[in-house]
Amino acid sequence: MDTNDSLRVASLWHSMHAISQQLSPTTGCSEIELLEADTFDLHIFQSLTGTKLFVVCEPGTQHMEALLKVIYELYTDYVLNNPFYETKIPIRCELFDINLTQAIQKDRVALLGR
Amino acid sequence: MPPAAPRSGDAIFASVERVNAELFTLTYGAIVRQLLTDLEEVEEVNKQLDQMGYNIGIRLIDEFLAKSNVSRCVDFKETAEMIAKVGFKMFLGVTASVMNWDADGTCCSIVLEDNPLVDFVELPDTCQGLYYCNILSGVIRGALEMVAMKTEVTWIRDMLRGDDAYELQVKLLKQVPEEYPYKDDE
Repeated sequence: MDTNDSLRVASLWHSMHAISQQLSPTTGCSEIELLEADTFDLHIFQSLTGTKLFVVCEPGTQHMEALLKVIYELYTDYVLNNPFYETKIPIRCELFDINLTQAIQKDRVALLGR
Repeated sequence: MPPAAPRSGDAIFASVERVNAELFTLTYGAIVRQLLTDLEEVEEVNKQLDQMGYNIGIRLIDEFLAKSNVSRCVDFKETAEMIAKVGFKMFLGVTASVMNWDADGTCCSIVLEDNPLVDFVELPDTCQGLYYCNILSGVIRGALEMVAMKTEVTWIRDMLRGDDAYELQVKLLKQVPEEYPYKDDE
């Protein structure tokens, strides 16, 4: 996905998230965590600060919540700790990209090993 | 998968990379000295330290949440305990305690037993109005703002000014839930 597509998905998701909170049939429900479609699953993690991370994966992939937590830690370490990163612009931090790819590879290897 | 339990401040402090304490103290001291040279007015330096702390706080909160696995605090009392027991321990390696709660539970004091920022520091007579550790008040204010709380953080006691402890007063002004850019019924 290129930057424009990511921005499109992110803004779409932000609105859907807001609407879903109002529409939720069960009380005390705070957010959508998982969207299951025919060809993909979309997992969302929302931090207490309102930052949302989402992962698009093959249907039925397990342990995405754990992966999202790992990605959240990477985000705080490599993106937020970078003094030149400005909030609300697309992330272009090389260290973050490298570590993110490594985390996903590790996750994939771990899954195949099971 | 069951959610992970929140980690204690000690456990997180032990697991992160640490830096030499003297280097930290000297770096902070250099920042304050430079601000005093550039801005000359002690009040301006206080404001600038608070602003710098604020900029740190808005980013630090996510790291705090990621590493400590805490869930949403039920009330402000829990928030204050989190800051004192987990936050200060995790980032500065010091234990702090919460006391002097007011009647509605919106205002308390956080007392630091130890303060690595001020090792070897003595304030000269020309800087008597300076809140040397004002960056800490900004950090707390910034961090809490990102979790929907508007607060006012001020120094009640400061050992560099002759008191017997470091005491920060944290006052909750209001809760500001996230607003969405659309309105109902329009």
